[in-house]
Amino acid sequence: MTQSESAVQQSRHAALGLTDEQAIEMYTFMTTARRYDERCLLLQRAGKIKFHVSGIGQEAAQVGAAFALDRENDYFLPYYRDYAFVLACGMTLRELMLSLFSKAADPNSGGRQMPGHFGCKRLRIVTGSSPVTTQVPHAVGFALASKMKKKNFVSIVTFGDGSSNQGDFHEGANFAGVHKLPVIFMCENNQYAISIPLHKQVGGKIADRALGYGFPGYSVDGNDPLEVYRVVKEARERAARGEGPTLIEAVMYRLSPHSTSDEDLAYRTKEEVDEHRGKDGLPKFKQYLIDCGIWDEERDAAMQQQVKAALDEATAYGDRAPFPEPEDILKHVYADDHSEGGR
Amino acid sequence: MPKMDYIDAIRLAMKEEMERDDDVFVLGEDVGHKGGVFTTTKGLIGQFGEERVLDTPLSESAIVGAAIGAAMYGMKPIAEMQYSDFMFPATNQIISEAAKIRYRSNNDWTCPLVIRAPIGGGIFGGLYHSQCPESVFFGTPGLKIVAPYTAYDAKGLLKAAVRDPDPVIYFENKKCYKLVSGDVPDGDYVVPIGESNVLREGDDITVISYSLPLHFAMEAAEELEEEGISAHVLDLRTLQPLDQEGILAAARRTGKVLIIHEDNKFGGIGAEVSAIIAEEMLYELDAPIMRLCGPDVPAMPINPPGEKFFMLNKDKVKEAMKKLALY
Repeated sequence: MTQSESAVQQSRHAALGLTDEQAIEMYTFMTTARRYDERCLLLQRAGKIKFHVSGIGQEAAQVGAAFALDRENDYFLPYYRDYAFVLACGMTLRELMLSLFSKAADPNSGGRQMPGHFGCKRLRIVTGSSPVTTQVPHAVGFALASKMKKKNFVSIVTFGDGSSNQGDFHEGANFAGVHKLPVIFMCENNQYAISIPLHKQVGGKIADRALGYGFPGYSVDGNDPLEVYRVVKEARERAARGEGPTLIEAVMYRLSPHSTSDEDLAYRTKEEVDEHRGKDGLPKFKQYLIDCGIWDEERDAAMQQQVKAALDEATAYGDRAPFPEPEDILKHVYADDHSEGGR
Repeated sequence: MPKMDYIDAIRLAMKEEMERDDDVFVLGEDVGHKGGVFTTTKGLIGQFGEERVLDTPLSESAIVGAAIGAAMYGMKPIAEMQYSDFMFPATNQIISEAAKIRYRSNNDWTCPLVIRAPIGGGIFGGLYHSQCPESVFFGTPGLKIVAPYTAYDAKGLLKAAVRDPDPVIYFENKKCYKLVSGDVPDGDYVVPIGESNVLREGDDITVISYSLPLHFAMEAAEELEEEGISAHVLDLRTLQPLDQEGILAAARRTGKVLIIHEDNKFGGIGAEVSAIIAEEMLYELDAPIMRLCGPDVPAMPINPPGEKFFMLNKDKVKEAMKKLALY
């Protein structure tokens, strides 16, 4: 066997420097996020929770990106569909469930914010809000701090295709381009801003916008976790070398409606959704692992069983946990506030 | 004690805070070699370098947004808005983000940020270089708002703002930059946020105000003294949180209250001050609460007669004070 033939036979993940265990771990996070998301939809339909906004179809890119980062030091500014991303960054199913049930012990907001509004200082997941894209300049600010304090962390911010049209995306990208800041902008282009399809939102290509801000922009198959991993890893290396930001457009498809309050067949067809279901990154990655000879149906069934058990436990935990006290809403307006709100 | 212009006191506060703490930095448009369009940051780049006196692209939302990110990391940014008229593109970052970061994260993340913004007219700036936008931000829980009038407070309040663990909007009055000067001690001191200050003791009427109009009130009070009218003048200094005790004590002193601000009357700070007094001590008053404010038009024009009509001055203030005294 020649050397080049050997390289061809090396698995894609190994060529990227990922071990078999890491590849399996990626798949496990993707699966966990998918099962979590499905459970949320079920709980909402059952009337157990008020609201869920889904990330189904976006797990591959989220996990690929997370694995390419320094998860001990980097700062993460996710958006509201990033369940797989935050799971891979260390948030637990219990913590997600506490948020879903809006319970006092929710580390994201103490039960104040809608689920999907992540934030956890322990994990360097920066608090986010609902007006979209405001987190982009924040990520730039973290990167500015990294540069000023000569630290080696980078910041990564994710957002949707709709968000790529907000002023804060453009202002933040330009600011980071001018000052060559160590920040990664990752657009999770799921083809829809609620009901508005991409062709009614974007005149050109999202990735091409980077050119106008003086840094590279790449479009990548968001259903392929390894491809996203490769591109984000390169972006992180560029940032760490002081060469500035990168824009990554991970192209995917939002398989779920926008949220539990959305009736998506009013603006898209079942045929369209089904076509994209066929391109879903999750079963494809499972097949990849099987083809590599490091995974099989038996192990898959065992893993699915473990995820289900963990979800059952976390769901019960979140459901049982106490709500905040009503008067708790008066707390934390300011550092020094007391029992009457901010006054 | 050295006498110093208001603008120099602002600059000195930044310089001393940047010397005290490496995490303090200034960012904004033209703050570097130009030293700001009003020279507020003049000379800072020479001492601290271009990283800590950061010239930014012309984009207010990114200036505030990046400052918020840096503040969440642990820096102490001072974000300069060139004119308060131009801070509206950053309003979403200020109201949806900075003001709510501590609250929405249940005290996990914090945002110790200062936003400096010059307010006020009387400089032939027309509609968009003259506004007083206090009422836009006033009433947003999570924000603190200060508006110094004296040079002493300009320094002390800015230092307090930099050291505050929450976001503070620092409204400096561009007309005061050179018009107002006063004693500013050498060395370190802070003026606590949330405390009003009696500028002048008096027994007949109480004037409650902040920023430039206090200049007119103090001049008018001096003239009225000669006419036998004794005015008690309270400088709010902090607009949010309002110093309720200080306001009530000043109102009780005379039982007659005139509230003055350049921001327009409807929905302004004066409405809230008036409500506090009415809620707590209506029956102790000897006259209806009066307000003298900018007229309820979008903003002042550049033509001199129009600008003069909009602006407060000593004569308008004196007339209102006299009217209240004679009530």
